Amino acid sequence: MKAFTILEGLVAPLDRANVDTDAIIPKQFLKSIKRSGFGPNLFDEWRYRDHGEPGMDNASRPLNPDFVLNAERYRGAQILLTRQNFGCGSSREHAPWALEDYGFRALIGPSFADIFFNNCFKNGLLPIVLPEAVVDGLFSQCLANEGFRLKIDLREQTVSATDGSVLSFEVDAFRKECLLNGWDDIGLTLRHAEKIRAFEAQRKVEHPYFFA
Amino acid sequence: MQAQTLYEKLWSSHVVHQESDGTALIYIDRHLVHEVTSPQAFEGLKLAGRAPWRVSSIVATADHNTPTDHWDQGIQDPVSRQQVETLDANIRTVGALAYFPFKDQRQGIVHVIGPENGATLPGMTVVCGDSHTSTHGAFACLAHGIGTSEVEHVLATQCLLQKKSKTMLVKVEGELAEGVTAKDVVLAVIGRIGTAGGTGYAIEFGGSTIRGLSMEGRMTICNMAIEAGARAGMVAVDDVTIEYLRGRPYAPKDAHWEQAVTYWRTLISDEGARFDKVIEIDAAGLLPQVTWGTSPEMVTDILGRVPNPASVQDPVRREGMERALSYMGLVADTPLNEVEIDQVFIGSCTNSRIEDLREAAAVARGRRKSDRVKRVLVVPGSGLVKRQAEAEGLHEIFVAAGFEWREPGCSMCLAMNADRLLPGERCASTSNRNFEGRQGNGGRTHLVSPAMAAAAAVTGHFVDVRTFERLAEDGA
Ligand code: SF4
Repeated sequence: MKAFTILEGLVAPLDRANVDTDAIIPKQFLKSIKRSGFGPNLFDEWRYRDHGEPGMDNASRPLNPDFVLNAERYRGAQILLTRQNFGCGSSREHAPWALEDYGFRALIGPSFADIFFNNCFKNGLLPIVLPEAVVDGLFSQCLANEGFRLKIDLREQTVSATDGSVLSFEVDAFRKECLLNGWDDIGLTLRHAEKIRAFEAQRKVEHPYFFA
Repeated sequence: MQAQTLYEKLWSSHVVHQESDGTALIYIDRHLVHEVTSPQAFEGLKLAGRAPWRVSSIVATADHNTPTDHWDQGIQDPVSRQQVETLDANIRTVGALAYFPFKDQRQGIVHVIGPENGATLPGMTVVCGDSHTSTHGAFACLAHGIGTSEVEHVLATQCLLQKKSKTMLVKVEGELAEGVTAKDVVLAVIGRIGTAGGTGYAIEFGGSTIRGLSMEGRMTICNMAIEAGARAGMVAVDDVTIEYLRGRPYAPKDAHWEQAVTYWRTLISDEGARFDKVIEIDAAGLLPQVTWGTSPEMVTDILGRVPNPASVQDPVRREGMERALSYMGLVADTPLNEVEIDQVFIGSCTNSRIEDLREAAAVARGRRKSDRVKRVLVVPGSGLVKRQAEAEGLHEIFVAAGFEWREPGCSMCLAMNADRLLPGERCASTSNRNFEGRQGNGGRTHLVSPAMAAAAAVTGHFVDVRTFERLAEDGA
């Protein structure tokens, strides 16, 4: 996993509540057996005017000029501003894969759906929860100022704007450590292999019927 | 000892290790695997040179991509076929407790086959790379969906990194009116607490209404816990749970059965256990529910009208409603029972079990699909459900009504296979998600119970199934 320490990047605003995983990456792209290459189909149904299928040449498809990420001023954005309950719906990790592949490294919103939130951390994508009113403020600033950028410092747990304002955010200590170091969860867990084995042996004694 | 909730009992009995910030390693008893979210996990495992920890925890099937007709022709779509073949190859290499591949008699939707084979047992932790894993909580399991990185993590370590959830009790009391089902209860719950209402919580469903439901009904309710934002939903063990499991292929036998039942009886929330939140729902006055928008919380009852965004103060909510109505092609204030439909889908892990098919058949019996309805798909949840339904003659009722009787799978729940809506088509669906494009690009989904879906199929529009006379078996 890519480590996440400090990110200074362009911000794009996605002004919709309850953006679901079917919208983030429609199901036809879930047929891939790979982990990469989902970026061109991020928000596919909103982003293009035609219907997307795997294997199409996305570069030649007609763009929907009304979709915010197609606006020139948001090209190259690395931080996505979202509304409440972003990422609701399925457990598909293709959603964070698509966001990451597109170029996003962080998301800022008032709330995220549980499974999606968790999946982000496994892919070096930092979801930041800030109070609704604060997110509202960021939306206004972002819309009012072309080229609006933010700096996210994970170690310090701060989001700072170029006008000098600094917001702080919460993050689980364990997830933070993993992200800062780019640690692989499985490697970490296997340090406890002995404990897992002991637990399993005990469980087999107490509940043999779970091991049939 | 302090009174504990069911969730707390399940949680504490699976903690292998805990970090100082509360992140815990949870032991996983059952790992359900399907073709869409597993290929990258198996590949990751192989690339890292890791062996799976305990393959006897794995139960696998192919369901999302598989066609529901012309099985003799195999899987036509090459991309889907590759995904299913990849699962075949992975399970062949790695092994599993059980694998029900495409065309197997016991193949089916992963959340239907786990319980019906007794592979889902009370007291287990159950995970699957699929958000509707919450379904299995109906058996007093700690069951939830995980992402593909976590699928790999479970394969490699038999554990999951988790933080303890808060607890919510949704207490449903009262007797359901004839024609009102578990699906209506859960839609009403989501309408009440919203699609983010359960975020961060594990929901226990309790109360006399829930205790009065069959396991099928309880699975329908827990299935949609995720639609309320909760990763896990659950119901305490009682006689209904135990009787359902008796004699199932992977359920414990003989002395183990007795031992298991003694343990299972403890899987209830203790008297006086404290929940972080309690929601009370009166089921007695509940009417059949229909969604009108593009999120399961956008729901009303069959006597209601499409809501009017002009009456909503909050601008974000109002815009969301306006967008939903425009996508759904609906005019504010239209009575729901005047909304006409083009297709009907009876199936999915929410409503494709035998009881669901019986309810739909009871309405369809002796009637015919409306001429304005293009197609009615009935897709059983598994090969076993299909055979049971055929043994009961339900398929003949459906076929006589002009419905299509299909092979098992996810089908038009998410339209990854050939079953899908065309742009602008409106569907009465027994599935769990009415998101934009879910059942096909531009398709419009209304979530309802199986009885309501069948009633809509025969009238051509939504209708209050309670006003439907159930024709007797002889067709009189
Ligand atoms: S039936 Fe639908 S919701 Fe259930 S597992 Fe299949 S695709 Fe997912």
